[in-house]
Amino acid sequence: MSEAFISVDPTPTDWRDPAMQTRIRRRYAAERRFRLIGLGAVLLSAGFLAFLLISMAMNGLNGFRQTELRLDVDLRQSGAALTAAQLAGPDAEQALAEVDFEGIMRRTADAQYGPRGARLFSPAGRLVLREAVKADPGLLTRPATLWLPAESGIDQAAKGHGTAEADARYRPLAEAGRARIGFNTNFLTGADATDPTAVGIWGAFKGSLLTMIITLLIAFPVGVLSAVYLEEYAPRNRWTDMIEVSINNLAAVPSIIFGLLGLAVFLQVMHLPRSAPIVGGLTLALMTMPVIVIAGRNAIKSVPPSIRDAALGIGASRIQVVFHHVIPLALPGILTGTIIGMARALGETAPLLMIGMRAFIASPPGGLAEPATALPVQIFLWSDDVSRGFVEKTSAAIIVLLVFLLAMNGLAIYLRNRFEKRW
Amino acid sequence: MASTGHTIKAFDAELDTLRGTICEMGGLAEAAIGDAMQALVRRDPEAAAAVVERDARIDALETEIERQAVQIIALRAPMADDLREVVAALKIAGVVERIGDYAKNIAKRVPSIEDSKIRPLSLLPEMARIAAEMVHNVLDAFAARDSAKAAAVCERDAAVDDFYNAIFRALLTHMMENPHNITPATHLLFVAKNLERIGDHATNVAEMVYFAATGAHLGDRAKGKDTTGIAAGDIEAASDR
Amino acid sequence: MDTETLTAPKMTARNVSVFYGPNKAIDDVSIDVSREHVTAFIGPSGCGKSTFLRTLNRMNDTIPSARFEGRIELDGEDIYAASMDVVQLRARVGMVFQKPNPFPKSIYENVAYGPRIHGLAAGKAEMDTIVERSLKRAGLWDEVKERLQESGTALSGGQQQRLCIARAIAVDPEVILMDEPCSALDPIATAKIEELIHELRGRYAIVIVTHNMQQAARVSQKTAFFHLGTLIEYGETTDIFTNPRETRTKDYITGRYG
Repeated sequence: MSEAFISVDPTPTDWRDPAMQTRIRRRYAAERRFRLIGLGAVLLSAGFLAFLLISMAMNGLNGFRQTELRLDVDLRQSGAALTAAQLAGPDAEQALAEVDFEGIMRRTADAQYGPRGARLFSPAGRLVLREAVKADPGLLTRPATLWLPAESGIDQAAKGHGTAEADARYRPLAEAGRARIGFNTNFLTGADATDPTAVGIWGAFKGSLLTMIITLLIAFPVGVLSAVYLEEYAPRNRWTDMIEVSINNLAAVPSIIFGLLGLAVFLQVMHLPRSAPIVGGLTLALMTMPVIVIAGRNAIKSVPPSIRDAALGIGASRIQVVFHHVIPLALPGILTGTIIGMARALGETAPLLMIGMRAFIASPPGGLAEPATALPVQIFLWSDDVSRGFVEKTSAAIIVLLVFLLAMNGLAIYLRNRFEKRW
Repeated sequence: MASTGHTIKAFDAELDTLRGTICEMGGLAEAAIGDAMQALVRRDPEAAAAVVERDARIDALETEIERQAVQIIALRAPMADDLREVVAALKIAGVVERIGDYAKNIAKRVPSIEDSKIRPLSLLPEMARIAAEMVHNVLDAFAARDSAKAAAVCERDAAVDDFYNAIFRALLTHMMENPHNITPATHLLFVAKNLERIGDHATNVAEMVYFAATGAHLGDRAKGKDTTGIAAGDIEAASDR
Repeated sequence: MDTETLTAPKMTARNVSVFYGPNKAIDDVSIDVSREHVTAFIGPSGCGKSTFLRTLNRMNDTIPSARFEGRIELDGEDIYAASMDVVQLRARVGMVFQKPNPFPKSIYENVAYGPRIHGLAAGKAEMDTIVERSLKRAGLWDEVKERLQESGTALSGGQQQRLCIARAIAVDPEVILMDEPCSALDPIATAKIEELIHELRGRYAIVIVTHNMQQAARVSQKTAFFHLGTLIEYGETTDIFTNPRETRTKDYITGRYG
């Protein structure tokens, strides 16, 4: 026979003795504690999120509503030199511009509400009147009842936040049935203004949209192709290691520095138009690109080498392996990284402030090279304003921004699921 | 020579058991030859009967070896020299069983020559001794996987053949001298023939051992000169001179 | 074809050495790959048989630290010459891997991908023919002909491996290299692959690396035993497994190794 056996303790483990039982109980207790701590952390985070959303909602919902006062107009007596035929013709805008809607509104208001009755209305009232006439030329030929937005003090009073003086003015109007609260469509379609009842978010929204498009068009291809090159083609040496470290650090650089970079390069050296979405887009692209490169590299690294081997084995060239096999499988990861980067860029204020997208822009930007502003910048500007009416507008704008972000995330999830392939 | 043992020790153990069983069988056959010859010389019918009975044990061992060999082939998938050794073991078992049968046949003839005194009887024990020695040596060669020893056994067969020729002539002369001698002499002739066959079988085993050890075949070895073709008349003529 | 070309080896390797950085993985190996037989590479783990297999279709090129010395010829052409197009080489010398790795595409696309990138089919009808022929030769056609648009990864392990073989066959190779193709499969799937190898023999030169000696014995006609990066013995399979010349070979195949 062969070697001697190693001696083994003949008594088996006693699983029932008290010391063992205590140990087991302690292990389960540790387990429970951990789960409770985890649950507590989740609930705390959820609590913070809920607080944010609820307070935003409570403040901001009023921003979507406006107080309207009744005005009976009869344009036949207004002395407006406008006919239905002109409105139907090619020079409608020109014709409309020549009409003094403000004067008409003032006189009609004074007539109905007494002296300084015009002051009850918001300056945006004339725009509403104008749009009403444009929409329904029949108003030129018959009397009608319109509901025009009230001025800010009365608007706040109606929502319960008004001063005593404004309350005094509002109450008789409400009792007479000449005031109502309606949906503020102008908020969604108009641009920035000095009066809180006249502001709209569309200007900033369009500015953000244009900026995001530029950012995407620049950051996505450059980022993805850089990731592909760094993962698939670059040799492994000190230079590429340094590049990798640099890109990782770039992703952590404070965004305001990118703003300074944009200011120095795009505005001072390249003389691109200030405040334009193109400059904002370029600056944010610089900021987003490292995020996409990092996400792209991780996604490409996670593609199993067996797929590459299989493709190489039947004679695919390197580029065919990358574009036919690696990128399609890495796409979900790349898309996630892109959307994360874009969401971050959407919410960035500091770099845009540096490159000048902080101006007061009263109309939405017409194109990429025209002055514009962005949603977060708009929120910042409105939050600075002293007027009471801007508080709710700021919160309402935040809600719009959150909805935009949610929509982007939803798109990301949809695209991820569509492109996800099982391997 | 066998190198390091198998990684799976049970495989080594099974091969050892197989070899041991072959050696046991060979030992029994070798003893049977010796015992049968002793019973013949002493004309002892009881000893002879015992030899016949013990042959059953040799047959049982052949079945056992078959069983062990088939199990090793099925479960261990032996390769190269392990495979040759197992196949050789199977074949050797069959041959040794026949050697045992020859020894049994010698023992069976003992009662028939009980009361006779024939001189050539003296040559037979020596022939048997050599045959038994061949069986012993060839099974040693198998256990040790020694191809040189196996080849040596083949050489030894020449001596057995020479003995056979001498006994053949002597018994023929005996038969011609006295017709009463014919019956016992014929029996002794068959005994000699059995011993000669045992020698040939031992040579066969030696060839199997050689193949198992080296993977090559032993060439045709030199046979002893076969003088059994001479006619009775030549012998008469020679004895008349 | 005269007997000279029929029996000339399909691939010859002379004095092949492979280095991973400073480590020598393959040391001066010279061997012929027969065009009409299946050649098996056996040896313990880490002996270099897979590394050597990959030198035959230059898959080691994808490993940056790998360095090659020596000469390997395919039908007389040096495959490591600068003038040899490695993409074409890999179509002529196909490879099947240990773990089945079908593309995450449909069964049809898996087989059609190779011919598509090499431009072997003029139109859809021709491509359909190539796909059908490859799947038939791989013994998979009957099982998948009704569901060619289903994903290749939905098949069982054995079917996936046969799909990979069909994929390799689709580009009409001259040599098929198989790196432990049955390691990940159950005995029935393994038997089907072995039967397939038997059918493919003669049409393609096949080299198979395997850990399983019984499989090497069953499937191949020529066997090469590798040990620590050197070729110890190369010969007819029956000779290697019944009466090997070298002690190290004998020790390995009888289970005395280690």
